[in-house]
Amino acid sequence: MTRKRTPAQGGRADRAAAAALLRRAAASQPPGPFRPGFWKSPLRGLWLTSVLAVVLLAGLSVMVITGLLSYAAYNPRLPHNDPTPGASLLKFYLFSWPTHPAWLYRVNQGVHITLGLALVPVLLAKLWSVLPRLFTWPPARSPAQLLERLSLIMLVGGALFEFATGILDIQNYYVFPFSFYTAHLYGAWVFIAGLVIHVSVRFGLMRAGLRSRSLRRELRTPLAGTVPEDPDPSGLRAARPAAPTLSRRGLLAATGGASAGLAALVVGQSIGGWTRRAALFGPRGLSAAGPGSLPVNRTAAAAAITDQDVGDGYRLVLAGARQVTLTREQVLAMPQQTVVLPIACVEGWSAAAAWTGVRLADLARTAGITSPGPAEVESVQRKGPFRKVVLSTAQVNDPGSLLALRLGGTDLPRDHGYPARTVIPGAPGVHCTKWVGRITFSEQA
Amino acid sequence: MTGAVSRLRRWYGAPLRHLLALLASFALAGYATAAVAAAGQWRGFALWFGAAIVAHDLLLFPVYSFADRMLRQSLRRRAGGGRSPRPAGAGQTSAAHAAPPVLNYLRVPAAFSLLLLLVWFPLILGLSSDRYQRASGLSASPYLWRWLAVTGTAFAASAVWYAVSLRRPAGHVRRRCGPGRR
Repeated sequence: MTRKRTPAQGGRADRAAAAALLRRAAASQPPGPFRPGFWKSPLRGLWLTSVLAVVLLAGLSVMVITGLLSYAAYNPRLPHNDPTPGASLLKFYLFSWPTHPAWLYRVNQGVHITLGLALVPVLLAKLWSVLPRLFTWPPARSPAQLLERLSLIMLVGGALFEFATGILDIQNYYVFPFSFYTAHLYGAWVFIAGLVIHVSVRFGLMRAGLRSRSLRRELRTPLAGTVPEDPDPSGLRAARPAAPTLSRRGLLAATGGASAGLAALVVGQSIGGWTRRAALFGPRGLSAAGPGSLPVNRTAAAAAITDQDVGDGYRLVLAGARQVTLTREQVLAMPQQTVVLPIACVEGWSAAAAWTGVRLADLARTAGITSPGPAEVESVQRKGPFRKVVLSTAQVNDPGSLLALRLGGTDLPRDHGYPARTVIPGAPGVHCTKWVGRITFSEQA
Repeated sequence: MTGAVSRLRRWYGAPLRHLLALLASFALAGYATAAVAAAGQWRGFALWFGAAIVAHDLLLFPVYSFADRMLRQSLRRRAGGGRSPRPAGAGQTSAAHAAPPVLNYLRVPAAFSLLLLLVWFPLILGLSSDRYQRASGLSASPYLWRWLAVTGTAFAASAVWYAVSLRRPAGHVRRRCGPGRR
């Protein structure tokens, strides 16, 4: 029918029909949570949401930065090192990961994991505080509003997706049907898109919200003095609030306390020393706190290392200008260095230890390489995501980079990579290859 | 501003830079998702992402708000039939000498305990214990006991706090900041 009309007539009629449809939809408001009277909490309001928002904004910004740095730490531009292929435009910020300070990766991951856990209660409180907005009726009054609401899919979905995959990964609970590296990295970019647009659209409202009440006064107001916030156009405040059962400061204290509690029960696995005993819930916390014990990411059994692989028949192959095959005794006869370096896992735990072995630069010279460039380190391990990694020029030449044979004055335990493993200052734990069978050096370009 | 642009703007309902910014953010998200698809993993990714969108609002929230309502109702029943649900309610000066409400002394430790469970359930319930043990050489069995111990400690600390608040002269905080103050 519309096809027979002129475009102008059709447009007008369509608009009228659409307006009528909107009016009908607004009038036939569905029951339950879509009714303004459904939401009763007297604590919800623009101020509370804004306080939670500003904490989240700061915290999530740090999560984004530490997360992207964590990816850069793998030196993904070198061959074999990128577990997440594709989307090269999203890799614009990469740089060669430094070897100093040696604690950089350790601190980065400790912050990423501990802060992420501490933000869980804040995120939940924020989602609770804005929940009535999900049921706004009609769902959108303009295309602008519709797009804005759709963008929340990236924000809310992205945040919960990132938190869920991260939290499951650190517990080795791989129930997700995708690669953690791929999904956590690209999920992060979807979240970043949602976060940036949400902040640009809502920053002014958040500022107004923060100014609408005095934080100091709220922190002094007990339950008896707790009253609902003033109504505002954001629609966060309940239309008919019930009497409060918790003060606003009580809610903030409970949220902050839960954050602090979650962090306190895990941060020891990143700091190490006696604090590891307080880390009741770190996957390498209290459980890995025995005297002189160093946590293990992957045991020899899990890596399917056999006696044959690492027994008397073990040989280290150094390739370069020439190929040299060495027994462990021959490597032990070379000049030995001792360095104190942390092993730091992407999963947040870390521990420092004294490693003794041969400098990678010295091994390169043995293979006839005078000015070493990137080197490929290969484990005798037959499969596994990081059995082969490529170290950067800076990593190979750093005097702290060793092929370690001893740990804390004794031979390496098999779970820590006996007969020989690399330790690289500031590198992710998985780039400190265990059970090293072959190193291929190259001359600097 | 030309007529067409202002008409578009009126129809859209916001300045056009709003539209451009949103389109740019969708493009970025689409580009990242395309990389997941290129890796052959879009199906699982989309499923988990979709579940994440509703995980709090349609799953967690109904559960915890229902549990909270049950807790409040049972405390109200214990407090005795038709009385006010909240002895220390705003503006109820008559309650100044009554015992402080026990509700939040139960709510807070319970919420913290459930939060720990929400975060650490794979270790606490031993769902990944085989994998965890093979990887780390450690047993996952202590985590259930640690969770129970932390839960017990949280409730015990809350009980002590409650006992202290009972001994404190009632209303000594309330006088500083009376009902109705904004």
